[in-house]
Amino acid sequence: MIVAKRKPFEEIKEMIKDYKKVLNVGCGTCVAVCLAGGEKEVAVLNAEIDMARKLDNNPIELGAQTVERQCDHEYLEELDGIVKDYDAIISMACGVGIQFLAERFPDIPVFPGVDTTGMSANQAVGWYEERCRSCGKCVLGMTAAICPVTMCAKGLYNGPCGGTNRGSCEIDSDQPCAWFRIYERLERQGRLDNIKVYTAPVEWNDQVPRTLIQPGYKKPEKAEES
Amino acid sequence: MKSGSNLEKVLKAGHFAFTGELGPPRGCDVEEVREKAQHLKGNVDSVNITDNQTAMVRMSSWAASLLLLQEGLEPNFQMVCRDRNRLAMQADILGAYAHGIKNMLCLSGDHQMFGDHPLAKGVFDIDSIQLINMVKTMRDEGTFQSGAELHGAPKMFIGAASNPFADPFEWRVHRLAKKVNAGCDFIQTQCIYNMEKFREFIKQANDMGLTEKTYILAGVTPMKSVGMAKYMKNKVPGMDVPDEIIKRLQGAGKGKVADEGIKFACEQVEEFKEMKGVHGVHMMAIEWEHMVPEIAERAKVLPRPVMD
Repeated sequence: MIVAKRKPFEEIKEMIKDYKKVLNVGCGTCVAVCLAGGEKEVAVLNAEIDMARKLDNNPIELGAQTVERQCDHEYLEELDGIVKDYDAIISMACGVGIQFLAERFPDIPVFPGVDTTGMSANQAVGWYEERCRSCGKCVLGMTAAICPVTMCAKGLYNGPCGGTNRGSCEIDSDQPCAWFRIYERLERQGRLDNIKVYTAPVEWNDQVPRTLIQPGYKKPEKAEES
Repeated sequence: MKSGSNLEKVLKAGHFAFTGELGPPRGCDVEEVREKAQHLKGNVDSVNITDNQTAMVRMSSWAASLLLLQEGLEPNFQMVCRDRNRLAMQADILGAYAHGIKNMLCLSGDHQMFGDHPLAKGVFDIDSIQLINMVKTMRDEGTFQSGAELHGAPKMFIGAASNPFADPFEWRVHRLAKKVNAGCDFIQTQCIYNMEKFREFIKQANDMGLTEKTYILAGVTPMKSVGMAKYMKNKVPGMDVPDEIIKRLQGAGKGKVADEGIKFACEQVEEFKEMKGVHGVHMMAIEWEHMVPEIAERAKVLPRPVMD
């Protein structure tokens, strides 16, 4: 899932300092699961803002609304009648949700309440580890299902480098070396030949904004034309 | 001849090569480069010019290489994958060759977090093995990485690094093979202290026929102090410093540790001269360039061959 981390309070406070009526919109999917931007976190942030603004003699009127998913038109509809009462919005969704919300309400400033940090797996409650950078050209079949783009600090395709240190990455002894693990798992599976051959430079597919249309589907306007 | 560089000529003629290293300055101080170069002149066949070593910003490798050419030394232009994408790399390779640089060393590069701009964006558009192949393609096929034709190909003598000591040890010779197959002409190894492990590595490389396809220069860095030895052992990733080396330095007595370090380095050079599959030594006297004349003398690698 997509994970995010609440922005430092002072940064949020600074962004909204000139606004008197602010709606805080949570997202009930990924960022709620990772404890960053769901209904509960919206309430906590609002309480902090309210208290800080009172102390600053700059009182604020705050609204709270959490939708199922901010990255979906269907769920944003419920905000249509509400936002007109506010002069700014904080979105606690991931970067996708924040932008999608702002597109729907282009006359109102939208501010991020979180920093989106990646696509991660849930190791334990509150503990998330990144596993995918959505490069668009998956090599997990070659690398024993360990991603060198995400898990190798240098994103090497012909690893491991000379910095492998007793199975750890040169950047941190707590960070396992991705290529050491790739080697171990391929050896265990008898597939080391996979990485004995040269892997050519990657054709990066993530350098322009990407639009995905699944087979059998079309963009709405094109569908109308046909 | 692939490049006609002095280093290539020395190796091709069957001489035991001896290369040095010079770190460019953290500023525009040209005199610093010239001063270091004077200690190396006549004592080495080629000088590696590091490329933002340990991710600290320094004068660019190609620029310092040009200063070396002006001083009458042959540079070995190092290039890391950390700081440039394939466009910038190819542009610098063309520019470097156009100005007379004939050797290149292709490296991944230390991670940026070790340097003075730890949160800079690391590029790593391609990796070191892909870089080797790119330079070879430019030289031998006369094309860019994209396949488009070059107007004038850079005839580089292509080098790469090899660390025989990083984990897993069994993989190291296969990584060497990947570099050889990608097109490297010579290898300079990580600093060697664990001679037993290195002998085993070279034996594997010999058995796989790799030492007939590429020249291997064994990496040597004389220890200046016990502190340096401990630092290398504990803090430098992928470095293997056996306890017996540290004990030997400790036993040298006050004021004699550096001399003992040089003595050990010279013993290593003596063994490398006789070791099947080793074609030379890469002497990395880190911030100790002024000692290179003495080290070369004591290692009995002088005079250096003069090639046509």
